[in-house]
Amino acid sequence: MQGNQVVFVDGVRTPFGRAGEKGMYWKTRADDMIVSAMIGLLERNPRIPLDRIDDVAIAATTQEGDQGLTLGRTAAILAGLPLSVPGFAIDRMCAGAMTAVTTLAGGIAAGAYDIALAGGVEHMGRHPLGRDIDPNPRFLAEKLVSPDALNMGITAERLHDRFPQLTKERADRMGMLSQHKVEAAYQAGHIQADLIPVALPSDEGYGMATEDEGRRPGTTMEALAELKTPFRPHGKVTAGNASPLTDGATIAALASEDTARELGLGVRMRMVSFGFAGVEPEVMGIGPIPSTEKALAKAGLSIGDIGLFELNEAFAVQVLSLLDHFGIADDDPRVNPWGGAIALGHPLAASGVRLMIQLARQFEGHPEVRYGLTAMCVGLGQGGSVIWENPHYTGAK
Amino acid sequence: MAKSAISQYDSLDVGPLLAHAQDEVITHSYVRYVPMPRSGGTLALVTLDNGKDHTRPNTLGPQSLVELRETLRGLQVQARNKEIAAVAITGSPFILAAGADLSKVGDIPDKATGVLMVKLGHQTLGLLGEMGVPSFCFINGLALGGGLEVALNADYRTVSSSAAALALPEVFLGLIPGWGGAWLLPNLIGIKNALMVMVENPLKMNRTLRPEQALSLGIADAMFPAARFLEDSLKFADEVVAGKRKVKRPHEPGVLERNTVWPIAVNTARKMLRDRIGTVAKSPFAALDLLAAAKSNTKAQGFQAEDEVLAELIAGDQFRASVYAFMLTQKRAKVTPGAPDREHAKPITKVGVVGGGLMARQFAFQILRRLEVPVVISDISEDRVADATAWMGGEIDTLLEKGRLHSDSANKLRGLIHGTTTMSDFASCDLVIEAVFEEIGVKREVFQELEKHVSPEAILASNTSSLSIGDIASVLKHPERMVGIHFFNPVAVMPLVEVVRAQKSSDAALATGVSLVNKLKKTAIVTADTTGFVVNRLLAKLLGEAMNAIETGTPYDVVDESVAPLGLPMGPFELLELVGLQVGAHVLDTHHAAFPDRFFASDALRALVDHGKIYDRDAKKKVTGVSSFAAGLIGQGPGFSAAELQDRVYDGLADEVWRMLEEGVVESPEDIDVAMILGAGWPFHMGGLTPFLDRVGASEKARGKTFHSPPVRGVS
Repeated sequence: MQGNQVVFVDGVRTPFGRAGEKGMYWKTRADDMIVSAMIGLLERNPRIPLDRIDDVAIAATTQEGDQGLTLGRTAAILAGLPLSVPGFAIDRMCAGAMTAVTTLAGGIAAGAYDIALAGGVEHMGRHPLGRDIDPNPRFLAEKLVSPDALNMGITAERLHDRFPQLTKERADRMGMLSQHKVEAAYQAGHIQADLIPVALPSDEGYGMATEDEGRRPGTTMEALAELKTPFRPHGKVTAGNASPLTDGATIAALASEDTARELGLGVRMRMVSFGFAGVEPEVMGIGPIPSTEKALAKAGLSIGDIGLFELNEAFAVQVLSLLDHFGIADDDPRVNPWGGAIALGHPLAASGVRLMIQLARQFEGHPEVRYGLTAMCVGLGQGGSVIWENPHYTGAK
Repeated sequence: MAKSAISQYDSLDVGPLLAHAQDEVITHSYVRYVPMPRSGGTLALVTLDNGKDHTRPNTLGPQSLVELRETLRGLQVQARNKEIAAVAITGSPFILAAGADLSKVGDIPDKATGVLMVKLGHQTLGLLGEMGVPSFCFINGLALGGGLEVALNADYRTVSSSAAALALPEVFLGLIPGWGGAWLLPNLIGIKNALMVMVENPLKMNRTLRPEQALSLGIADAMFPAARFLEDSLKFADEVVAGKRKVKRPHEPGVLERNTVWPIAVNTARKMLRDRIGTVAKSPFAALDLLAAAKSNTKAQGFQAEDEVLAELIAGDQFRASVYAFMLTQKRAKVTPGAPDREHAKPITKVGVVGGGLMARQFAFQILRRLEVPVVISDISEDRVADATAWMGGEIDTLLEKGRLHSDSANKLRGLIHGTTTMSDFASCDLVIEAVFEEIGVKREVFQELEKHVSPEAILASNTSSLSIGDIASVLKHPERMVGIHFFNPVAVMPLVEVVRAQKSSDAALATGVSLVNKLKKTAIVTADTTGFVVNRLLAKLLGEAMNAIETGTPYDVVDESVAPLGLPMGPFELLELVGLQVGAHVLDTHHAAFPDRFFASDALRALVDHGKIYDRDAKKKVTGVSSFAAGLIGQGPGFSAAELQDRVYDGLADEVWRMLEEGVVESPEDIDVAMILGAGWPFHMGGLTPFLDRVGASEKARGKTFHSPPVRGVS
């Protein structure tokens, strides 16, 4: 990237919860979740002078109610940041937090910001995707976008149609492995390290969210084969090979490398490049392919230079489509080594920073890896990719 | 391990108590388990929640206590089995708990049941001190009385920096903190601090503690911001359990304090209390006795002592009267019986005040501050106007200096003050209140002139204390727009305003008057247009009897002695000096003129006006004795004995209250009590006046019946 070097100082998130009445966050406000994450981030990075934060961008897909009202600004006030710190809200559906990061990174690169906070929140229990939307009738009349394109599960089924080699079996296996890898990462304490516990009001007393709620470590291929295919009779997409509806919030601190050095802030990743790209909305899942190609091109890198992949598992099939495209094996150990959204959940606009948090922690344990990729598909036919450099890189093994 | 403080309650049978708690709003005790990553154990988190929002705070009635007791007993077992390493208790949003439910006090049928309630509280809350694992209370919000005692019984406490208030208001209500508070508090924060929290604060208009005060006193061991209060509190608990955090208790009393400071502090407090409030009120002195004993009592003995003292108080007259008075004043702050529906009230967007004197400028300023509307204030000369507006400006400056007003708001208020000498400047006022010289001709002139300028709908009001609103209004073209709005001095402090309905007063006029009072955050009572309304009439009765007694040969101290059981904030003669001897004489004259056969005017008082004082005082303004001049006014004659005079006063007051009810001055005895409590500072523990008159038999003597049925009195 041109301009000032952008660094990922640190990132944290709330534990992710199952959306809906039975989920742990049912009685918790979305803004309280992002505020909790923000306070947790700033508490563990006491060297960030609050009055030096130049902007706060918080993403949400459904910006209404407790997820509305210019989240970046309101969350900053609620978290106790000085009133001199500005903030705004951002939306690129599933890539909201990722776009918050890249937007503020652009500001840092341009020299407008020294330090910025970027994050996202999605309380899908309180704000299900697609509720109260009012798509322009021209989408249909002029056949611009099929109504099916607004249902993400149907777009995933369509990917199976387009790429017959992406079988249900491969998708199920990816789903199962995601569960197993997350469990292993939990056992090793990799995930918990970046979780900010959140108090949980309920009708039966306060509890505490300390772990991701939706995990199913005992998942087997046999059990997965039995699951219903809600998007199409006898289809391929199931709750076992797709990410569940999730509540969660994530946030990261970004800075220019000079500022990080000046203040002694942590540098967990260096931003190399990013790219966003559009595809047909009906097959939105392939979006990360062109966006990754863009980001690689900007960085002057090839796919072979990437040592770790954090790919958002919106659907197993769309991750597989990218792996196939780049000729990477389904079970390549560089890909989602600690599992992904199928097991952890995908709180839409919050997920981008979750990928970064995991990549940053993996970088620490992989000094032989120089570059990593965070990438995700986006509703309405988009993809987003950010390439990061490992500051712990000590040269190839 | 220390001997259990609650094993003394092992055979407690709460059956009779539960029989009277059928319609209790139950505060549930929910348990959820939270991992403690640092110490590696599990914390059992108890949430107190009655399922209602913050407008109906958690209260701890018999069923709630039993549920909490059983919950804690279950956790005790889990602790013994090493399933949990800590217990914490917290509340629902904004509320920990507000203590017992006062509205249920009337359900306690006898002393024995009252005692059960006290002991059940000890047995339940006391468990928090005997869990077998560290116990914590996370004070997330309001913690009053028994609510704060929940916290005091735990081993450690955190407090949210946004908790609305912490207090032990029991003494204010005729009780003592009897669920461990009277023993736990002094042993936690030292005797002087405990005296302040338990005795001084309740008697200062029920003052409460802010969270930061609770922290600095050592009631809380840590304070965290509301945004992450529970998370931070759990982290604190985890660190304490892990041994990574040592809690400092800066005011915890040591041997030296116990042996030296403790008894002296209690005795000093006792002396000050006697001087300030006399000895009628029982609970403050009972609290002092318990605090004194807490010095050397064991916890078990402390609990037992609380049981004994509280049993007496909870069954007694003063507690019932206090609760009556408390509930009454709370309710009346919101609703004014006898007032027309609110919808009749006119919008108040600009207010006129005629007269710039002592009273006028005070209420002009209160209206300015609370309503934030333009206030036009007039007087007869530019100098007087300038004086009044300068005074108001000074009040704004004072608030600004104290940080109680933002500079923007101060500028706004200053811009809203308009001084004038011209009546036409009142033209666009919705409401004009007059407070000129108490002379009917002068007042009539003012209103006749006003009526030329204001709109036909504007409401006109008089602050008169001694003239008839109807008589003043008789010269108006629209007498129905006239109402009395009688403020008390000092306006900023006195919570009562009498709103006077003259015969022709319209609903709009009356409703607007009441609406103004409510916007001033004061309590209104609606009275008929009769001499002295309520407060002055009853004070005139009392003071007239007092002066008559002097003139007929009764010494001053005998007069004071005769009315002492009323528990008034000060004796009749001190009161006369406080309101001003001239004002007092005027009030007596007015009432004597209106009711010559029942009210005394006093030549002696007129003589005292000229002399200027009744008491001699030292440099600190403390009374040293009756001045020789005043003593010389004691008449020749047998005078009254204290008992005789007491009968005259009680009977006279009872007769006067009956007459006011019969004449329709007010609708109910409750109106009388609200007026005397808020307008004259008559004590809660007497229930104002009418419960007391019932209790001493004066109301029955006067009319063969009591004001309240059943009377407000204790049980046996």
